[in-house]
Amino acid sequence: MNNMVELSIAKAINAGMRKAMQENEKVLVFGEDVARLGGVFRVTEGLLDEFGDKRIFNSPIAESGIVGTAIGLAMRGFRPVAEIQFDGFIYPAFNQIVSQLAKLTNRSEGFLQMPVVIRVPYGGGIGAVEHHSESPEAYFAHTAGLRVVSPSNPNDAYWMIQQAIQSPDPVLFFEPKRRYWQKGQVDLDQQPIGLHSAVTLKPGADVTIATYGPMVVTALQAAEIAAQEGINIEVIDIRSMSPIDFGHIAESVKKTGRLIVAHEAGTFVSISSEIAAKMAELCFYYLEAPVIRVGGFDVPYPAAKLEEIYLPDADRLMEAVDRVLAY
Amino acid sequence: MTSPDSEIPMVQLLTLEGEFSAAREYAEYAELIRELREADFLKFYRDMARIRRFDNEATALQRQGQMGLWVPAVGQEAAQIGSGYGVGPNDHIFPSYREHGVAITHGVDLMSIVKMYRGVNHGGWNPHETRFHLYAIVLGTQALHATGYAMGLNFEGRVGTGNPESDLAVITYFGDGATAEGDISESFLFAATHNTPQVFFCQNNQWAISSPVGTQTKVPLFKRGEGFGVPGIRVDGNDVLACYAVTKKHMDDARNGKGPTLIEAFTYRMGAHTTSDDPSKYRDSAEVEYWKARDPLIRFEKFLRKQGVGQEFFDEVEAAGDQLAAEVREATFAMADPELESMFDHVYSDPHPLVEEQKAWLQGYEESLGGHKPETPGDDSVNYGGTR
Repeated sequence: MNNMVELSIAKAINAGMRKAMQENEKVLVFGEDVARLGGVFRVTEGLLDEFGDKRIFNSPIAESGIVGTAIGLAMRGFRPVAEIQFDGFIYPAFNQIVSQLAKLTNRSEGFLQMPVVIRVPYGGGIGAVEHHSESPEAYFAHTAGLRVVSPSNPNDAYWMIQQAIQSPDPVLFFEPKRRYWQKGQVDLDQQPIGLHSAVTLKPGADVTIATYGPMVVTALQAAEIAAQEGINIEVIDIRSMSPIDFGHIAESVKKTGRLIVAHEAGTFVSISSEIAAKMAELCFYYLEAPVIRVGGFDVPYPAAKLEEIYLPDADRLMEAVDRVLAY
Repeated sequence: MTSPDSEIPMVQLLTLEGEFSAAREYAEYAELIRELREADFLKFYRDMARIRRFDNEATALQRQGQMGLWVPAVGQEAAQIGSGYGVGPNDHIFPSYREHGVAITHGVDLMSIVKMYRGVNHGGWNPHETRFHLYAIVLGTQALHATGYAMGLNFEGRVGTGNPESDLAVITYFGDGATAEGDISESFLFAATHNTPQVFFCQNNQWAISSPVGTQTKVPLFKRGEGFGVPGIRVDGNDVLACYAVTKKHMDDARNGKGPTLIEAFTYRMGAHTTSDDPSKYRDSAEVEYWKARDPLIRFEKFLRKQGVGQEFFDEVEAAGDQLAAEVREATFAMADPELESMFDHVYSDPHPLVEEQKAWLQGYEESLGGHKPETPGDDSVNYGGTR
């Protein structure tokens, strides 16, 4: 009998970090307000009391400094877990992430490893002010040398954060902030699958919806609605945006012939663009309809009063389902 | 001349005439020089001359199309050799991209620098082994890496224990232009708040490509750290003894837990920013003449001669320089291009399917064309980006 507990995503990430810190004293946690406060979302709550201020500490409000010093700490043999407080605050660190963190292993011909995890609460849906609701994952997935992942449920949150910390490569760990309080069963004994594997959450025969992070719940809702209409949707949680488990998605598309890719980010030059292009390559003769992308609009993330319209919901997914089935 | 603050006092231990002359306020630095032996002085000179000869040869090789770019450090030899020897043998160095002189003080193979500027790789030396980290081309980025590294030394308890075998410090090099980058300011802040064992070594060579130092700052650069809690000091960057002593003292202090210091080495870039610019377009020849009179090698040669070092030594150094230049030339001509597939190596430490897939595709593509033949040295079709 496995050791199962019910945790929220936030608590599961906390538990995963705690375990990683217990297992390896080289794991350090830092960022803005992560120590006494436990982070603005309390994801690091309690770690200070357990590990002390040499293992978890507050950083000055300087994102480039947070990532730049994380790189230096990794060079010294630490495994830094740096928090960027909100998605829209990551851009001051963009240079350190893209020009340095992503390239140092390559530039040093393997002499330097960069086991750095950058945790980023991302996405909308919490009624926040500007710069607190963005989905910048495509910028990082585009950059060679980075790994980009996002859990969608507490069990994955618990295990994926540990796998990310164990990775010898830099990992952008995007946390679906509007789902932080979503609860679920966490198996504390059994590691599910690898960090970069996609997983089918609901099998189906008619249409595949592939998505990740905060939209996974939305896709499962759409699948329920569709079932009432006699449409059998398969839901895939992509989990990793770099690398992408194209094989898993292709296998599903070969079965259903119809694919919808969804995320909160705008669709132009996005994760869904990449998946659509790749499925055209891998599944050309199996596709019954063009791959349809469902995402936010290609506008700056709107003011909170409009975000319900901006964010794709189950109805928007159903509209796409109707479109792919019309072929 | 170039900078409104050039009259500010700075640590100087050698007059322009090569006299050892320490003002009373610099006595603690002068003391460090008195601990040196003649062999140390000869080593300083030998390395300054060696790096200048190498530098001039590298510029010539770039002009002949053997390198994509060269970044000369001529004029900055005292700042680099002096400070490089002020760093302890186990300390870590985070350079910018012009620190060829510092590199030789820590045993970095000069050909690995040639390799990078020839376009064969992006560096590739082992920073763990050399303790001289990779060149950083995006200005100021390396200062944060140095600070993070130094924070790690604090966490490990490798600072201020009094055990010289164990205690460590780091030094980061950057120029006057880089001080404008936010990463330098953020580094000062993180260093000060973490009391890191660290020296910030700014070579103010007066020019950031074509922009004079006044474009980057309204205050003397050694004061730039004060507001963050990093005290600063200016040293005559063309005085190898002063650069050695000031660096040694503040690295020792850092190792002993006294926190970070900013050293501004006031010097001059006698040549171009890189082989791709022409400094005569943006600065006066009178200024260059002013600084030629302050040439760090000439000043130190005068000092050595006053110490009784004979012509034989200088002849020997010159001959060694010629030999080095010939070796560098030969090794550069013989340097093979990288294997095609090497671009896919070490993109990640763990395998990444996209990289693997593209590597396999390229191999298949090349085979379909009859296989790739690496360009052989001396092949006229080779173009390294330079003019032939």
